[in-house]
Amino acid sequence: MRQPTRIALATLLLAPAGFAFAADAPAIGLITKTETNPFFVKMKEGASEAAKAKGAKLLSGAGKADGDNAGQVTAMENMIAAGAKTILITPSDSKAIVPAIKKARDKGVLIIALDSPADPADATDALFATDNYKAGVLIGQYAKAALGSTPAKIITLDLFPGHPVGAQRHNGFLKGFGLAAPDAKSNELGKAAEVVCMADSFGDQAKGQTAMENCLQKSPDVTVVYTINEPAAAGAYNALKKAGKEKGVIIVSVDGGCQGIKDVGAGRIAATSQQYPLKMAAMGVDAGIEYAKSGKKPSGYTDTGVTLIAAKPVAGVDSKDVKTGTELCWGKK
Amino acid sequence: MTGKLPPLATLGPFIALLAACTFFASQSDRFLTGGNLSLVLQQVAVVGVIAIGQTLVILTAGIDLSCGMVMALGGIVMTKFAADYGLPAPLAVLCGVGVTTLFGLVNGLLVTKVKLPPFIVTLGTLNIAFAITQLYSNSQTVTDLPPSMTALGNTFGIGGTEVSWGTVLMLGLYGLAWFVLRETASGRHVYAVGNNAEATRLVGIPTQRVLLGVYVMAGLFYGIASLLSVARTGVGDPNAGQTENLDAITAVVLGGTSLFGGRGIVLGSLVGALIVGIFRNGLTLMGVSSIYQVLVTGILVILAVAADQMSRRGTR
Amino acid sequence: MTIVMQAKGLVKRYGQVVALDGSDFELRAGEILAVIGDNGAGKSSLIKALSGATIPDEGEVLLDGQRVQFKSPIDARRAGIETVYQDLAVAAAMTIAENLFLGRELRREGFLGRWLRMLDKKKMLAESVARMQDLKVGIRSMTQAVETLSGGQRQCVAVARAAAFARHVVIMDEPTAALGVKEGNMVLELIRRVRDKGLPVVLISHNMPHVFEVADRIHVARLGKRAAVLNPKKISMSDTVAVMTGAMRPEDIPAECLAH
Repeated sequence: MRQPTRIALATLLLAPAGFAFAADAPAIGLITKTETNPFFVKMKEGASEAAKAKGAKLLSGAGKADGDNAGQVTAMENMIAAGAKTILITPSDSKAIVPAIKKARDKGVLIIALDSPADPADATDALFATDNYKAGVLIGQYAKAALGSTPAKIITLDLFPGHPVGAQRHNGFLKGFGLAAPDAKSNELGKAAEVVCMADSFGDQAKGQTAMENCLQKSPDVTVVYTINEPAAAGAYNALKKAGKEKGVIIVSVDGGCQGIKDVGAGRIAATSQQYPLKMAAMGVDAGIEYAKSGKKPSGYTDTGVTLIAAKPVAGVDSKDVKTGTELCWGKK
Repeated sequence: MTGKLPPLATLGPFIALLAACTFFASQSDRFLTGGNLSLVLQQVAVVGVIAIGQTLVILTAGIDLSCGMVMALGGIVMTKFAADYGLPAPLAVLCGVGVTTLFGLVNGLLVTKVKLPPFIVTLGTLNIAFAITQLYSNSQTVTDLPPSMTALGNTFGIGGTEVSWGTVLMLGLYGLAWFVLRETASGRHVYAVGNNAEATRLVGIPTQRVLLGVYVMAGLFYGIASLLSVARTGVGDPNAGQTENLDAITAVVLGGTSLFGGRGIVLGSLVGALIVGIFRNGLTLMGVSSIYQVLVTGILVILAVAADQMSRRGTR
Repeated sequence: MTIVMQAKGLVKRYGQVVALDGSDFELRAGEILAVIGDNGAGKSSLIKALSGATIPDEGEVLLDGQRVQFKSPIDARRAGIETVYQDLAVAAAMTIAENLFLGRELRREGFLGRWLRMLDKKKMLAESVARMQDLKVGIRSMTQAVETLSGGQRQCVAVARAAAFARHVVIMDEPTAALGVKEGNMVLELIRRVRDKGLPVVLISHNMPHVFEVADRIHVARLGKRAAVLNPKKISMSDTVAVMTGAMRPEDIPAECLAH
């Protein structure tokens, strides 16, 4: 037979073998909220490195924006159709994603929530996340101790109304500060007499700055600023600096990104709760590989850890220094 | 109607602004201070300048959905050129503005030469600009900028109130745009093209050139807005401009410019931007949730478009 | 009697369709020449060739005895030929004065005009008032938007614009269509005044009564050619229609009905 036909025949015969080889590498899907938030960028990097190192195939996708549930559902369906047996997901809408998760689990797919839980939390097989409430408690404790005897006038720069992570960090902060606060399950932002202004930053630096400026107009005397994340904190610092008030105001935040740790080192942020997206991703990949190998599923909530990073330690509160924070930080070092 | 009194669509925004100010002044004694009002001007400066470009485009019965993303791209280009390649700030700024103007040119050519509808074209360039911004910046904010780049964020004192140079620039640009649109032939041609493109062609005005010029100028204004944004936040933010996209169009519509083209004054867009900024500021001073600001903005937009329609139905 | 504009043997083809099949045309000084013809007779193609909207495939156009070749409507305008289009070509949201000077705006003297390119709005307004008064158009304010005017008034604005800037010829395409009786008469009056100022007018119209009221001669277009030029004072309306539709052959037209 002619040469090209022989090659074609050989390919046809060998192809199934090729597929068999490929089938050995388990396919794991990672769906983040957005493609652009550096937190998720880092998570994706961590997942793909872990996958490469351990011989798994990583499929990745995301919604178009925070809150885009439909985009995440579509990504999940496509990944399962492509053969993914494990899906790692940071749900944009913790309630709305549940039906899609249930459908997938009924098909035998392992679903692990990363960073934030679904609602109800047991809708997913497992959750690897930061304890966002604890993250808030740590910085609340730090702020209280660092404040000392100065009267507390608190401004909170939150995410936006109704978001569980925003609520958990905010309420955790209040609790750690020693004020009455809703528990970790609440989605409502707690109020207190010492909190003189609450505004929404949407986790964005420019909006955080605007929110802080407006709050300063309302209550020019502020001693503590809680911020939902480090970009918002950077905006808050800018606003304080423009008003000439940056010295003596304690700004606390959550995230532990490398830029944020730099800000801690520069004295712009007093303390931040560092979380570990790379760890979440790596643990997720490990669990996926284990499931593909032995069918064993992880369960329940695994705390991926949160560390308080502060340049100046205070009595009674455990914290790590900026050097440690920089070693562990995520983002561009 | 001989139209001696400006139509409702023109007066309406000013009345709404006055009403909003009066209301918030009654709710908080911190509202009507020089410092607070200067603050609001600074907060709306970026959207305000974007809205100038958007006004030009909407006056020709077009629309530019890419404005915020193009602005973000300009910001990333100018900050990375300064921070990563060590370009002197003025040169880096020029590069950023050059990139946004180039995008304006692309929009304009697709509209005039390929004859695609502006909505579709700018929907495409919106996504392209966004993707380029994310890829080029690797989704990281750019820091360590030379101080001269953020100079527009600095303030100076007038009678005890701090005013930022960025605010002065924005007001100056509005004055320039207002002059050109009102007092020069090129400006009047923009209105004519928006009102009746075929008529302008028949009287010999180079309609396509006017349209192309409008999109290019819009791109230039987005570049200036990106400088203002960088000066305000002190960083190059790849995620900037996402809400500014719709905010700029909202400002233009609230300001009384008709989406059907040919009608409106550019100062109205400043008023529109101020209305949104005043509500955000006032509601925070009152301790009210930001969701209400979004609600009010939506209601105002519908009122603004309705007022435009009604005032035009009053004439024959 | 001077011939202002002339065309000889114009041919225009659109694919298989022959719109103009060797059409002639002649416009004399100080006259209103009506151009009539059934649909598809070549009437609009003829006008487009004269106003520069299309370029004829064969034939020539002469203006004041000189051969001219218009590549666009702007060339025709520059040669002093103004056209009033059927849809008026006005920017309705802009004022009368602005519409009059659209595309030919006046700039201020000196620095303001040359460097800042500032418009001389006062001068344009004064000129608009003067032109309108000249043509006895009774609109009170030149600063009102064109969309506030009635249909007839808008038509007057469009006609006045053409008359104000034409140096040789004014072409009007169906100026009284869609107008009521009173407004239609107002426009006809205006057309007469334009002619009386010394500008010859080419008037395309389907409205026979109006044609007979103002035209000095009637050019009948048929099958892409000039069928005849008629004298409205001698020929009847029904005979004119007959010539137009072909019911009466050109050779059967009585001599005195032809225009000389």
